[in-house]
Amino acid sequence: MSYLIPMLQSISVWAIPVLLVMIPLAGLVRRVPVYEVFVEGAKEGFQVGVRIIPFLVAIMVAIGMFRASGAMEFLGRHLQYALQVIGMPVDVLPLALMRPLSGSGSLGILRDIVQNAGPDSLIGRTAAVMYGSTETTFYVLAVYFGSVGIRRSRHAVAAGLLADLAGILSAVWIVRLFMKG
Amino acid sequence: MNWIWFLLMGFSLVFGAINGRMGEVTDAAIAGAELAVELAIGLIGVMALWLGIMKIAEATGLVRGLARLLKPILTRLFPDVPGDDPAMGAITMNLAANMFGLGNAATPLGLKAMQELQRVNPHKECASDAMCTFLAINTSSVQLFPVMAVALMAEAQSAEPTWILVPAFLATLVSTIVAITAARTLRRLPFFAISNTTESGEAEVQA
Repeated sequence: MSYLIPMLQSISVWAIPVLLVMIPLAGLVRRVPVYEVFVEGAKEGFQVGVRIIPFLVAIMVAIGMFRASGAMEFLGRHLQYALQVIGMPVDVLPLALMRPLSGSGSLGILRDIVQNAGPDSLIGRTAAVMYGSTETTFYVLAVYFGSVGIRRSRHAVAAGLLADLAGILSAVWIVRLFMKG
Repeated sequence: MNWIWFLLMGFSLVFGAINGRMGEVTDAAIAGAELAVELAIGLIGVMALWLGIMKIAEATGLVRGLARLLKPILTRLFPDVPGDDPAMGAITMNLAANMFGLGNAATPLGLKAMQELQRVNPHKECASDAMCTFLAINTSSVQLFPVMAVALMAEAQSAEPTWILVPAFLATLVSTIVAITAARTLRRLPFFAISNTTESGEAEVQA
């Protein structure tokens, strides 16, 4: 697997410049006035940025308050029994709770867990897999719906949170399974 | 969403009081509002870049071509969107960017896809089935290689930082399948029915 990392790194380094050149090139071949069309499209960037502000403010204020209130530590203390049932290490819980709420927050927590428990331990690996298989659901919802002015999000929140739960549980169980074998 | 939003703040008040952290809660509320604007403004540059590039791809016919290529899969996932609609192309671009972990590109492309989906959405303030499915897939994470997590493992002197790749791929697969299944199942529930708020403020529910 050692060849994988450099390969992946070069994909992520090359992908963007290559796209930025290849798409306009394809445009020129088809006689599209690429510069003018680019500027026309880029104009919308500002409006989109401004349009998502109220949605982001609403969600980030609520999440900020929740994090600062210590509610998560409280939940952590009271969920220990439930965690034993599903086989999730207690140290991973803060990450599971933080993941849907904040990207930078959960990355910080992941760093702590990996440093403290060791990167090759069950806890460290569970945390890393969990981080890799879930997303910051509330941020994505606020930004995506906000950008087009959707107010009623219907079942998107429930489906997103269920997906996070599935990612969290399968991280716990799959890592357990792999480390036994 | 109304309840989740309120409960997050309601619990903050209660636990802030119990833990004696009301000062921190106040600061966090203000900081959250500021951070939100910073994030949104920070997005503008990258957003303009990718929306510009997407416009070229659209004018060239690349977006439509991509949509046509993946039509068989996409029409199943998003039955309420016409098969060769540009929305499908934008969705594909966003999912591809997410799969390869190009976070910078993924968000603007996702917003482009949302614009296209909104164009074919008959109820402008209410999310369509396709939007909910798209969001669920996006929030479930479709990243094939969690580069960030691997980098963190390497930084912590892991003997084998890439060990997590296979389990993470499997867990991601599970969460994406659950996202799609949940979106398909939940949309039938009356609680999540499409409704538009009329001018009088009454909710008008459609069958």
